Amino acid sequence: MSHLGVIATWVVIFLLVGLNSAGDMCTAKAMRRVGDFAELRRKAGIFGVVRGVLTEPWFFIGLLAMALSFFALLAALSLIDLSVVIPASASLTFLLNLLGAKFFLKEHVSRRRWLSGMLVLGGIVLLRT
Amino acid sequence: MSFLRYVLLALIVLGSTFGDVYIAKGMKQIGEMSLRRWHDLLFAPLHPYVALGTVLLMIFYLSYLASLSWADLSYIMPATTFGYVLTALSAHFMLGESVPLTRWIGIIMITLGVGFITGGPSLTVAPTPEGISPHIEVSS
Repeated sequence: MSHLGVIATWVVIFLLVGLNSAGDMCTAKAMRRVGDFAELRRKAGIFGVVRGVLTEPWFFIGLLAMALSFFALLAALSLIDLSVVIPASASLTFLLNLLGAKFFLKEHVSRRRWLSGMLVLGGIVLLRT
Repeated sequence: MSFLRYVLLALIVLGSTFGDVYIAKGMKQIGEMSLRRWHDLLFAPLHPYVALGTVLLMIFYLSYLASLSWADLSYIMPATTFGYVLTALSAHFMLGESVPLTRWIGIIMITLGVGFITGGPSLTVAPTPEGISPHIEVSS
């Protein structure tokens, strides 16, 4: 099934999930700091939006994490079966993002959102297995 | 929620789903890469399908950034997983693949979850005070 042992397989998957999630969280934090594009464009024009994004350090940290996660995906796919990597990384990234949204981004993850999240998470697992 | 915001969410889903599909299709046509022929990778973006896929992924990324500027990550995330449903449905209706019962249940669960979350509020944290002011000079 896989060219790696069980532990090494999970190390690769957790690395992929961590980078993926870090990319999403840093990007979300950056955009929260920049603020609503539509409002910003009204105030400072389209170049104001571009400048707002390009002067935001979290944006570049997010971009770096996303780029690294892309290479981690390539590495994972060359070592572990696609049918293991994709469902495992998709569902774990989703779960980590939901926790990150609550504790790192301090979003109000209401009961409605947890319920939706759990439905979607279950759906991903069923779809991808 | 305004019409434009629904369009952005749709672009996230369509861009990421079909971007991946076309890049995979193009890379399959190019054939297996080997370390000795690494320079093939440099020309991969010139392949029409890979190029189309890349443009779609760029559309996805820009819509993703714009959406995160007005909505929470925990709001955008479930909405974007709708792409999985789209992939499964297109595999069934366009490629004629059979979809087992467990996948249909998965499709229904994701659809319910997405419908449930898009009905709620999109933003629950205020933009941070240092966000808008320091970088942007407001032109009047």
